[in-house]
Amino acid sequence: MNEIVDKNLNLEITNKQLFNICLRTKHLKNSNSLETYKSIGGYEQIKKILKNKLDPQQLIDEIKISGLRGRGGAGFPTGIKWSFMPRDYDGIKYIVCNSDEGEPGTFKDRDIIRHNPHQLIEGMLIGAYIMNAQVGYNYIHGEIWEEYVSFEKAIEEARKAGLLGKNIFGSGFNFELHAFHGYGAYICGEETALIESIEGKKGQPRYKPPFPATYGIYGKPTNVNNTETYASIPWIIENGGQAFMAHGVKNSGGTKIFSVSGHVEKPGNYEIELGMPFEQLLKEAGGVWKGRKLKAVIPGGPSTPVVPADIIRNATIDYDGLAKIGSSVGAGSMIVMDETTCMVSALKRLSYFFYEESCGQCTPCREGTGWVYRIISRIYQGQATLDDLDLLTDVSKKISGRTICALGDAAATPVLSFIKHFRDEFEVFIKNGKKLVN
Amino acid sequence: MIEKLRKLIDKEIAKYPADKKQSAVIAALAIMQHHRGWLSQEDISDVAVYLDMPEIAVLEVATFYNMFDLKPVGKYKLSICTNISCMLRDADQIVDHLKKTLKIDFNEITKDGKFCLKESECMGACEGAPLLTVNNQKIYEHLDIKKLDQLLKDLK
Repeated sequence: MNEIVDKNLNLEITNKQLFNICLRTKHLKNSNSLETYKSIGGYEQIKKILKNKLDPQQLIDEIKISGLRGRGGAGFPTGIKWSFMPRDYDGIKYIVCNSDEGEPGTFKDRDIIRHNPHQLIEGMLIGAYIMNAQVGYNYIHGEIWEEYVSFEKAIEEARKAGLLGKNIFGSGFNFELHAFHGYGAYICGEETALIESIEGKKGQPRYKPPFPATYGIYGKPTNVNNTETYASIPWIIENGGQAFMAHGVKNSGGTKIFSVSGHVEKPGNYEIELGMPFEQLLKEAGGVWKGRKLKAVIPGGPSTPVVPADIIRNATIDYDGLAKIGSSVGAGSMIVMDETTCMVSALKRLSYFFYEESCGQCTPCREGTGWVYRIISRIYQGQATLDDLDLLTDVSKKISGRTICALGDAAATPVLSFIKHFRDEFEVFIKNGKKLVN
Repeated sequence: MIEKLRKLIDKEIAKYPADKKQSAVIAALAIMQHHRGWLSQEDISDVAVYLDMPEIAVLEVATFYNMFDLKPVGKYKLSICTNISCMLRDADQIVDHLKKTLKIDFNEITKDGKFCLKESECMGACEGAPLLTVNNQKIYEHLDIKKLDQLLKDLK
C-alpha cells in the first residue's frame, strides 16, 4: 500500500531539489561582501529599474505572477501586500524588514544577513522604489549581535558605493536604510509590535485595522515584510515571476528556506523548491539523528501544528501540501523529534516559552498561557488527573481567536496538536506519574 | 553620561526623525548596559533625560525586553538556550554541567563575581544547538562538556 502511495506522489512531483536564491552567495568566498554580490550580478536589477524608470505597477504584477508569499509565517501574497501602500500619499513612507526571528527553531534570516546582506538591501531598494518609500529599517533579532554589526557594515558599504542615500544611480531616487537591534522579545516579530518597538516602546501589538499600510511607524504608511521575502525580490525581477513560480508548485511559488533543527544529523538551513517531498528534505538534513526512528515533526515552527511521523512521511513541503496534513509552512522552522522524545516534556518547554513571551496585553493570552504551563507542569510532576487533559484543551481553545495578535493562536496550537496526536502518551504519563520514554 | 557612550547613542538617534529620539531608547539602554554590565537606576534616569522621555517610559522598556538586566550579573553573563531545538540536543546536560561546575543556579552569581547563569529563550541560531551567549554579544555553538570547560577557562 505504501509503495503505491509513494509511486503516486512521485508522479505528481517532478524532481524538486535544493536551489539557492536567497542563500546564493552562502558558499562563495567573502560571501557577505559587496564585491561578491556584484560578481553574481548584484544591484543590476535596481539599476535597470531606476535607469528605465520601470512602472511600479508592472513590477508588482511580476511579483504577483511569481507567487511569492510572506516568508515570515503568515504566507500572505507579497505583490498584493505591496499594492496596499497608498501611492498618492504626500509625505514620508517607511518599509521595514522583519529579521526578528524569535520563534523557536527559526534561524534562516540570520543566514541571509550574514551571507547575503546585499541581496536583502537590493530587495529593499526595489521595494522602496515600488512603494515610493524614503526610509527603511531592518529590525534584527536581539540575540544575534554579530549579525547586527555585520549588517551595519553592509549598509555602510552600500552607502559608500552610492547604492543607498541620495540620488541613487543619478536617478533622483533617494532611500536611507538603517539597522535596528531588538533586545529579546518574541512578540516583536508581530508587525505592529515591531512598529511599537521601533517607536521606542514596549512591543505590544496594535489593533488592526488600521493596518500598517495606512498607519505604521509614527502613524505613517509602512510596509513590513520578512527578510527572506525581500531577499527573493531581486531574483524575481531578474528572471521573471514565471521562472520563480516554476521552482515551486501551484499556490506555492519559488524556493523557501527550511531551518531544520532538533534530531537530524545535519541541522541547518536548506533552501528547497517548494513541493519537495518531506522524506527528501529529511535526507538532505542527514536523516534522523543517530539512526533512530522518526517520531514527530513540527513543520514550520511551534505555532504550526505538530505532525506524527506516519502522516508527514507522505507529505510534500509546500503551503497546500502541509495544509492537507493539518499543519502549515509557517516560517519554515522544521523541528524534528525522534523516538526518544517525551512529548510531555517538549510541550512543557513550548508552553513555558509562550507564557514567558506573552506581552501581557490581552487577558486570555496573559492568564491562559500561565494556566496551560501550570497544568502541564502538574502532569510532569505526576500530580495531574485525566480531567486535566480536557482542561488543557478547554483553556487553549479559549485563548485562540480571542487576542489582538496571533500569539494567542500560536500558544494554543502546540497544546491542541500535541494532545490530538499524542493523547495516549499524555494519559500514560498521568496514570504512571512519569515519562513513557526515557 | 560619559562622552564615549553619548557618541554611540547619538549615532543611534541619527537613524530617526529629529523629533523621534525615543526610537533610540532600546539602543541607548543596550549601550549603557554593555558599559556597566547591567542597568542601574542612574542609567535609566540618564537615558530618560538624554532622550527627553519620562523615566517611567524608559523603565517600561527596560523591564519588557528580556536581555536587559536591572541587577548586577557578574563579569560574564552566560545565557543558555533551553528551548525546544536546544533541548532536543541535550541542553539540559550543558545546564547541569554549568550549575555543578560554577556551583550556582540560574539567576545567581559565583562568589568571585565572575559568572552568572541565565536561562534563555530561542536565540535564532538553532543549527548550532546547544548554545549560549556571553554578555548578550557572542554566541558559542555546538557545545559539549569539553568545549564548555574550555570556554570557562578562556573567560578570564
